[in-house]
Amino acid sequence: MEFTCLSEGKGFYYPPCHILDISGFRILLDCPMDLSSLLVFSPVPIDPNPIISNEKTSLKIDKPLDASSLICAQPRYRTVKNLILWDVSFIDVVLISSPMGMMGLPFLTRNKDFSAKVYATEVAARIGQLMMEDLVAMHKEYRQFYGPEYDSPEWMKWDELDSLPIELKQILFGADGAGFAGWMPLYSAADVKDCMLKVESLKYAEETCYNGTLMMSAFSSGLEIGSCNWKITCPKGSVAYISSSVFSPLTAMSFDYKSLQRSDVILYSDFSSCNAADNFEADNNVSNSRCFYMSFDWFIMSSLLSFLFTFLFISHYSDDDVNLEASIKLGSVDEYTEEMEKLNFICSSSIDFIKAGGSVLIPIGRHGIVLQLLEQLAVALENENMKVPIFVVSSVAEELTAYANIIPEWLCEQLQDRAVRGGQTFKAGQTSMAKIGKNRQQIELMMYLFPAIHSLKLLTNWQEPCIVFCPHWSFRLGPVTHLLRRWCGDPNSLLVIEKEVDAGLALLPFKPMEIDMKMKVLQCPFLSGITLQKSHQLLKLLQPKHVVFPEILRQHNKNNGHSETSFSFSYYKENEKVHIPYTKKDSELDIAEELVNQLQSATLTKQEMTIARLRGELVLEQGRQRLILGNDE
Amino acid sequence: MAIECLVLGAGQDVGKSCVIVKINGKSIMFDCGIHTGYQDHRRYPDFSLISANSGDFTDSLSCIIITHFHLDHIGALPYFTQVCGYNGPIYMTYPTKALAPIMLEDYRKLIFEGREEEKQFSSEDIAECMKKVTAVDLKQTIQVDKDLQIRAYYAGHVIGAAMFYAKVGDSAMVYTGDYNMTADRHLGAAQIDRLQLDLVITESTYATSYRDSKYVREREFLKVVHNCVAGGGKVLIPTFALGRAQELCMILDDYWEKTNLKVPIYFSAGLTLQANMYYKILINWTSQKVKDTYTTRNPFDFKNVCSFDRSLIHAPGPCVLFATPAMISGFSLDVFKLWAPDERNLVTLTGYCGSGTIGRKLMVAKPPTRITLDDNVQLDVRCQIYQLSFSPHTDAKGIMDLVKFLSPKHVILVHGEKPKMVKLKEIIESELEIPCYHPANHETLHIPSTRRIEASASDAFLQSCLCPNFKFLKTDPRQDSELDDDSNNKRKMPQLQVCENRVAQGLLITLQKNQSRKVVTENELIDTIGTEIHEEKFAYCCPIYFPNSESRDISSFHLILFGKLSREFPDLNIQDCEDVIRIQSFVGSFCSKAKCPYRTDVSFQSVLDTVHFCCAWSMGDEELAWRVISTMKNLKLSDRIET
Repeated sequence: MEFTCLSEGKGFYYPPCHILDISGFRILLDCPMDLSSLLVFSPVPIDPNPIISNEKTSLKIDKPLDASSLICAQPRYRTVKNLILWDVSFIDVVLISSPMGMMGLPFLTRNKDFSAKVYATEVAARIGQLMMEDLVAMHKEYRQFYGPEYDSPEWMKWDELDSLPIELKQILFGADGAGFAGWMPLYSAADVKDCMLKVESLKYAEETCYNGTLMMSAFSSGLEIGSCNWKITCPKGSVAYISSSVFSPLTAMSFDYKSLQRSDVILYSDFSSCNAADNFEADNNVSNSRCFYMSFDWFIMSSLLSFLFTFLFISHYSDDDVNLEASIKLGSVDEYTEEMEKLNFICSSSIDFIKAGGSVLIPIGRHGIVLQLLEQLAVALENENMKVPIFVVSSVAEELTAYANIIPEWLCEQLQDRAVRGGQTFKAGQTSMAKIGKNRQQIELMMYLFPAIHSLKLLTNWQEPCIVFCPHWSFRLGPVTHLLRRWCGDPNSLLVIEKEVDAGLALLPFKPMEIDMKMKVLQCPFLSGITLQKSHQLLKLLQPKHVVFPEILRQHNKNNGHSETSFSFSYYKENEKVHIPYTKKDSELDIAEELVNQLQSATLTKQEMTIARLRGELVLEQGRQRLILGNDE
Repeated sequence: MAIECLVLGAGQDVGKSCVIVKINGKSIMFDCGIHTGYQDHRRYPDFSLISANSGDFTDSLSCIIITHFHLDHIGALPYFTQVCGYNGPIYMTYPTKALAPIMLEDYRKLIFEGREEEKQFSSEDIAECMKKVTAVDLKQTIQVDKDLQIRAYYAGHVIGAAMFYAKVGDSAMVYTGDYNMTADRHLGAAQIDRLQLDLVITESTYATSYRDSKYVREREFLKVVHNCVAGGGKVLIPTFALGRAQELCMILDDYWEKTNLKVPIYFSAGLTLQANMYYKILINWTSQKVKDTYTTRNPFDFKNVCSFDRSLIHAPGPCVLFATPAMISGFSLDVFKLWAPDERNLVTLTGYCGSGTIGRKLMVAKPPTRITLDDNVQLDVRCQIYQLSFSPHTDAKGIMDLVKFLSPKHVILVHGEKPKMVKLKEIIESELEIPCYHPANHETLHIPSTRRIEASASDAFLQSCLCPNFKFLKTDPRQDSELDDDSNNKRKMPQLQVCENRVAQGLLITLQKNQSRKVVTENELIDTIGTEIHEEKFAYCCPIYFPNSESRDISSFHLILFGKLSREFPDLNIQDCEDVIRIQSFVGSFCSKAKCPYRTDVSFQSVLDTVHFCCAWSMGDEELAWRVISTMKNLKLSDRIET
């Protein structure tokens, strides 16, 4: 078994990407795209004049980073650059573990040599498709502005690239400056459609078989609706691929770790704890830039809550598992409450700003969070008896919310319960808002879904103050660019963004020279993986024989005494092949009873064994090797 | 090992479906229904048969599986969990879990309210019972415990109906529940994988009927309804809140839309409207056609349907009313009493009506007539009566198709009437050659099951299995032409056919210590059992006539011999190294020993001009060895000259 990490990824929106060679088959795990690299481009300008003023002010090396230093061109998109080095035709299977993990898939499937089978959960495939369609729709704005793209755009010329500020170069060439590669023009809507035809969709825990040898099942990972971890079984053993997972998420079904128990090998690919450390550094940069940020001390809050809840919820779990203690800690509800607290904080701040006459702009790309937040905001507005409209502006808003309402099977227990009891999951997307509940009939919920900022219905219904949810979190695409330009000077308005986003660079184009952005920014960190303490408990519970960790966790594992564990482990680095031995030397074989019954065996007393000559037909089916009576001539 | 199958209900009968299957020591209860035809203890399956001695159901059953929310499949579940005390896992699909409480509550109100004489269940019991349920999604493989695996497949009968696959060790079976092999207005057709099964337990409601296209029947229904409302009549459709109501509503709503009818359609109880809410979020469980429209308009948002107020019973003008329950009692009876005497009105019977119900009486009635309600109250029935002729059950063809597709080793028929079952059993046994049974209630069947023996296999063995073993067959083109003339014209069968018949050959080693088994190739055997190789060898020290041998040196003789052999056996690989000649296992060299044990010459004195060549070979090359030896013996002088 060979494992190669192609990319460690970067947070929630850019999951890692690996290649696994197992039983003679090559599996690509996820095919993401780095959308945060869009930050090097300038959003579509309002009027074309600034471009002309942006003449190359020849080789100013210590030119400070400002709005004008961004690249004014139709953006290209950064794919996993190491994937380009692999021959596409040798990939047999692609496993998608989240909607974000398939954003780069059309680049691959449009290659005529591509012949692999792609597996994704039904919901990840659908949401992923909507996200890709939305991206293509948003990119259209650039196309309309700049016109058709040429083979080698001006900005990609060497001296152009060389004259860019260091911050942008870092993104373009990678942190190590290793190389400028993997920048592709965006796929078309037709590419997305073709790509989806090649995706085979599965339910959670549905077994699927590739070539009779590999059995693969997806189990909920809790990160986002439809996201999953994979379990791959071949006759020589089983492998569990653990991507970023959340134990008790707000919307998605919780992390189904029990189904991964007793896998021989675990490929640990949750980088969230490392990214958290990175975030901390990025934070310092942000404070250097002259923005006003509100902060909220999650740390104290969370440790207090987790203390409370580990005690409160012990009785909740009646599990006869041997590792009872561990499962209590993993499944505790503290994560859920903590995340809910964050949403409540966003809600209460939003209400405060609206009361002051400002509007709230929320460009968050996590659908689970958005759906919950819509819910919370609606309740909060109702409690305050405020008639403030909520606008969801996106080309796929309507479809996405309608879809979220018909997949109760894929949601967390709390929402499933609600569906079972009341026949509805989310308020967003309910066509008749007034019918929600008897006690709420008085207040009409003003929630509108619009495909675009310029749609006629939006213009007629528009009123401020309001709350707007819209893409894209990179601040380079979509309705958010227009709305931010409108409100960036308003000190009473609030912008809610994720901690993961590099706010300094993201908001750069919206800060006119030398003037601070007046709009307030709330940066909120959402949980996007397994915390380090929990990963330790998790692995103890899963009882694997071998674990492959990312190199970044080496130090942590040393400190935490992973050396005393029951399993062996190794580490992997980007673009480095790791050999993982099969835990079994021999593969399993089932022999039909009829066949065994007709055997004539001889006993070797000395060796305490019997031997018999065996003759039959080998059948490989559903990942099991079977020896059956052959049709002898 | 065997599968033990105990039928507690729906054996040669329709009602209280309940089958206990014991596979390799794991007991599973499939369905837990009530019989709506009985009011006494016969209503419930006889649970005491499950565990004759202990009476602890939680220990005797591994799990309960409910296929769909109809009362004859789920009705006794709250009784079994709350009164009988079963506390183990229960599995059903998401829609069944969501809708079952509505059905159960409806039934409880209807039957138990006001009667406290026997063991019953309350609203709280239903809620408590549902809490124990684990909801499953289609095709999800659930590991109930270490050995038992279950999986649901789409059955199409009602929303959320599923067939269940269960596997313990190497034995596997499918319990179909009720299913429909053709898609209807809102649900798709049943779907299942090709599985290796020992047993299929299938319903057989329509074991002998064959149905034509349902579109014809739908049109017929619409025509009857349209004629009635056009004539100013009222249409009463007594139905259960779930399933039928939504299907008919879709048909009517669609028709109203197309024909622009303005006649109101009412739903009697808020119950049905609430049920519609569920249907809206469960749209993924309906047919593909319905699913595709969900973003533009949820098809369960009926445009022309409104809820009914009791005061509207007397309102003039035509209307269509869906009233619960289906067999006409309670509210639907109230409406029926008022509307039946008017010949303009129409009553549509939607499904199976139990004996003794008014529904059953109407099925056989020919209006105008007079039927007896309870307490000797007579009612004039002048309205038209229409019996819906489409049903969400599969017909005989569907059952046959499914059984043929799955090709199990055994079939058991349940949920049907005995005479029809007997006929179907005969067809299955004769046409498909699968043994088929139709046990009565409380009967136990024993069915043999497959078992496999686990072993580990070495890589070399698996590699050897992969060696292709092609066979080439020549077919006679004349034979084909007799079989199918027209296809032969288009595409000629190739004359040479290649078939592959791979054979796996190896050795099975069983350790007596722990009965662990291992399969290896012959070559690996020695390593595995740790002994030395004993090989049988032949040897012969052969005298060769060789003039002047004393004066010549041995190596030149060697060259002569080698040259001779190479010419004689051009297709063999002859090696000549260090005075030894090797041909496969044949090894030969000069023998200088005076008394070689392999010599057959009588005299031990050295004969003039003769040298001895000592040869050895193993069994397999015996023929070759003798050929080589005879060649050497006939060595002529001419050979010498050539060198």
